[in-house]
Amino acid sequence: MTNQPKVPLDEEAKIEEKIAVATPATLMWWKFRKHKMAVISSVFLIIIYLVAIFSEFVSPYLPDETLARYKSAPPSVIRILDAEGRLHTPFVYLAGVTRDPETLRSIYTENKEVMYPVKLFTQGPAYKFWGLWETNIHLFGLDVPSEEQRVMILGADRVGRDMLTMTIYGARISLSIGLIGVFLSLSVGIVVGGISGFYGGAIDNFIQRAIEFIRSIPHIPLWMALSAALPLEWPVLKVYFAISLILSLVGWTSMARVVRGRFLAMREEDFILSARLSGSSEGRIILVHMVPSFLSYIIAILTLAVPYMILSETSLSFIGLGLRAPAVSWGVLLAEAQNVRSIALSPWVFWPAVAVISTVLAFNFLGDGLRDAADPYSR
Amino acid sequence: MNDSNLLLQMRDLKTYFFLDEGTVKAVDGADLEIKSCSTLGVVGESGCGKSVAARSILRIVAKGGKIVDGEIFFHHQLCDPGTDRRLSKTEEVIDLATLDPQSDKIRSIRGAEISMVFQEPMTSLSPVHTIGNQIGEVISLHQKLDPKHAREKAIDMLDRVGMPLPQRTIDRYPHELSGGMRQRAMIAMALSCHPSLLIADEPTTALDVTTEAQILTLMRQLQEELGMSIMFITHNLGVIAQMADRVAVMYLGRVVEDASVDALFYKPLHPYTQALLQSIPRLGIKKDRDQRLASISGSVPDPYNLPKGCPFHPRCAKRIPGVCDKEEPPQVEVDPGHKVRCVLYKQPA
Amino acid sequence: MLGYILRRVGIMIPTLFVISVLTFIIIQLPPGDFLTSYAASLRATGEVIDEAEMEVMRERYGLNQPIYVQYGKWIWGIISRGDWGQSMSLQMPVKDLIWQRMALSMVLSVVSLIVGWFIAIPLGVYSATHQYSKIDYLVTFISFVGIGTPSFLLGLVVMYIAMNFLGLSVGGLFSDAYILAPWSWDKVVDLLKHLWIPVSILAFNGTAGGLRTTRANLLDELNKPYVETARAKGLTEGRVIWKYPVRVALNPFFSTVGWELANLISGATLLSIVLNLQTEGPMLLNALTAQDMYLAGSFLLLLSVMTVVGTLFSDILLAWVDPRIRMT
Repeated sequence: MTNQPKVPLDEEAKIEEKIAVATPATLMWWKFRKHKMAVISSVFLIIIYLVAIFSEFVSPYLPDETLARYKSAPPSVIRILDAEGRLHTPFVYLAGVTRDPETLRSIYTENKEVMYPVKLFTQGPAYKFWGLWETNIHLFGLDVPSEEQRVMILGADRVGRDMLTMTIYGARISLSIGLIGVFLSLSVGIVVGGISGFYGGAIDNFIQRAIEFIRSIPHIPLWMALSAALPLEWPVLKVYFAISLILSLVGWTSMARVVRGRFLAMREEDFILSARLSGSSEGRIILVHMVPSFLSYIIAILTLAVPYMILSETSLSFIGLGLRAPAVSWGVLLAEAQNVRSIALSPWVFWPAVAVISTVLAFNFLGDGLRDAADPYSR
Repeated sequence: MNDSNLLLQMRDLKTYFFLDEGTVKAVDGADLEIKSCSTLGVVGESGCGKSVAARSILRIVAKGGKIVDGEIFFHHQLCDPGTDRRLSKTEEVIDLATLDPQSDKIRSIRGAEISMVFQEPMTSLSPVHTIGNQIGEVISLHQKLDPKHAREKAIDMLDRVGMPLPQRTIDRYPHELSGGMRQRAMIAMALSCHPSLLIADEPTTALDVTTEAQILTLMRQLQEELGMSIMFITHNLGVIAQMADRVAVMYLGRVVEDASVDALFYKPLHPYTQALLQSIPRLGIKKDRDQRLASISGSVPDPYNLPKGCPFHPRCAKRIPGVCDKEEPPQVEVDPGHKVRCVLYKQPA
Repeated sequence: MLGYILRRVGIMIPTLFVISVLTFIIIQLPPGDFLTSYAASLRATGEVIDEAEMEVMRERYGLNQPIYVQYGKWIWGIISRGDWGQSMSLQMPVKDLIWQRMALSMVLSVVSLIVGWFIAIPLGVYSATHQYSKIDYLVTFISFVGIGTPSFLLGLVVMYIAMNFLGLSVGGLFSDAYILAPWSWDKVVDLLKHLWIPVSILAFNGTAGGLRTTRANLLDELNKPYVETARAKGLTEGRVIWKYPVRVALNPFFSTVGWELANLISGATLLSIVLNLQTEGPMLLNALTAQDMYLAGSFLLLLSVMTVVGTLFSDILLAWVDPRIRMT
């Protein structure tokens, strides 16, 4: 038998090892990027949240501008070719209304003689930007008073309000209720779940039973009952917060259960034991060691919870038990579209539904992408 | 009883995995021979292709893998219904490499003529079915017995593998049994149709030494009783010494040395085999001789970036630059029944 | 196994009791009571009702007694003689109003659940075993849409399409002729003819969720060693997949039955309001707005009971299907 040889490896014979190093954060970003739908969805969500924040600016008109002239008007057609086929910057024709003598239905016509160009950064109805300063600049419009002519990309509702404006303002309420509701659920859920999981024993049992009771009542009937309790005279803002509170009342339970589960699993983990042995305080153990490890679970739940909140608010307002007029949310808008006949006559009142569905879908895709990214080593 | 009849002959088998990142040549020209009533030990590091070669025989290679070349000739033998022993007479020869992995033919061979026992019995048995259900399934499938008789045979088989209280354990779930009992159940399941070849893929690696010794003894005993062959895959040379009649050493998808177990241990030819044997820790070596544990330098290369020529040359102490990195050495039979792939050896005249 | 069932049933009884208290409290939350909203609605039409009359009515309905007395009387009435109180807005005993509607709710929810499963499980299995195929992408897409679209919106869309393109009016669970008719075979047939629309809509949501879960769980299981063992035994590929990894992958599926049912009940409530079905939805909505305490409370209690029983059922189902759970 030979002895242990010591042979230097030649340069040519040495196999090149390309060692690439990437931090976990970079790996997660790469993994996330691979999920195309998630990337598209995040862009979409950023855009609509920006639109919601800047709603007064982005929408061409104001939400309470009811003009009988535009009652249930169809969407304005933006053209770039005029009647003779000449190219122009985008414009709309003057719109007119006549009544069909037989069916008594309104017929909307276009006067092809008069053109109104669509401009960016136009002057429109005055508003207060975030309640701070007065201005009347809108992202786009016709630069003429509403009474003369309007450009309504999504048409108008029953009382003549611009659907695009309504949908944008509705976004502000619907999207923010989602966030606030989830934030409330998260706070309560983490605290309760943490206590339950960390201390275990009788406290855990009690909290678990309480959670079971709450979860035993089906959500929609529960929310219906709670919302019915809100007095009709309450101002919009109060109702808004009450609704988000009601919605989060059930939401925190799922959060608490996940947090508790993770705490229970982690209590047995060795790295917690070693942290304790090296003298960390309980608080430090929780914050520095435990929280990061269940962060990915929390994120996964969050991205599902927000669309669920949005859908729930929409549902409640839709049947008249959530937000009510004059508040504008997608649910309130859809409540006015409840009548099938009105949808048949003016299908564009259904646009808020498209907004709801796309938002919920976007959140779902985003959540999918985040969950994939949170575990960058899986295939 | 060692018949010289051939049971399985693998010739130049090539099984490649076609993945997004590239092609992995898991088995790249492997030759194996298993005679009836004998045990072939297949030894090598992780990644050398021994498990893939085994699965290629049964055509259960994982998704993405394909046999691109080579033959696997299996000599179908009949079973004596009286003694349950396989008769060493070849009824027909089938090339398993040509069969469709989902065909009836290969399925009639799986579990009945060629069986496999896996490494981790806890995860290799279904957690939601009783072991009686899982064993009975094989029996009913291949032997067309009604449930009552199948159950009787299963109990009988459990008894034969040394399972305590087989009438009770047959209705237990895998998680209710100990590691050794689970592996016995797996063996019972694999042997219930008296196959002519049992492929054991590291069957005792997950067990403690005492249980391991019992299982190995059991396997030898059953081999005698049933007249079957065993293809014993392991990285543990000690087990090889105990169980195998012949040994095949694999490295990076090729068989680099193929010899009887005695010849391998007393006259290893291939530098890799020599290094392997050297690296076994030995008790009683005096410390003052200052001998460090011998290990093989370097590491197994990136499967997507294999070296040219002999697969072992970058780590070989005896490599010859200009020769070993150019072409793959052919297989030469240095002594009768002792084959090796190394340029150091020439075919005797 | 029996012990497990008995234990769970035992826990269920105090749970139901607590829920009944909770629902009663919730019903009492709105300020005032039935009479104040009744008076308000009368005022809206111009009629006036004076305080003395209201006091008499309060006395009659027992609304001037403390809450726990009202609750006690209500619960006792239910337990001892199946009397769920009197609906003040409809002037009828509650029990005459709720049972038909609750039964139809049950039928709608359970049928939707089962239909959803029958579609989701095979499709999910196919999707997982044929990953990245065209059908897999289609199925994934449909499941995303199904999750994103709430059933009541889908209901509106369906109604619109039916009305515009098919000329059908698709509300309700019965044709006009059968709404008040006593139960007969013809009535059942009529019900079935109308039932498939809300069932399809509800099942669409359930299918979408089930699809994703089944696919994800199965993908996890397909790589496990026991699948390889099954294949090595010589089983057909179909049997390998369906007997082993599907069985294991379905376990978490079964454990969510109770929750799925609760979700379905919620969704069905909304959908029934949109489609004007004869389930409890529309009546519950009216009862809540009118503060008809006993009617709304009974509905809420019964819905919760349905959920609790559903959860119990799913726990038992899970224990039966997964032997590892029975040990705990």
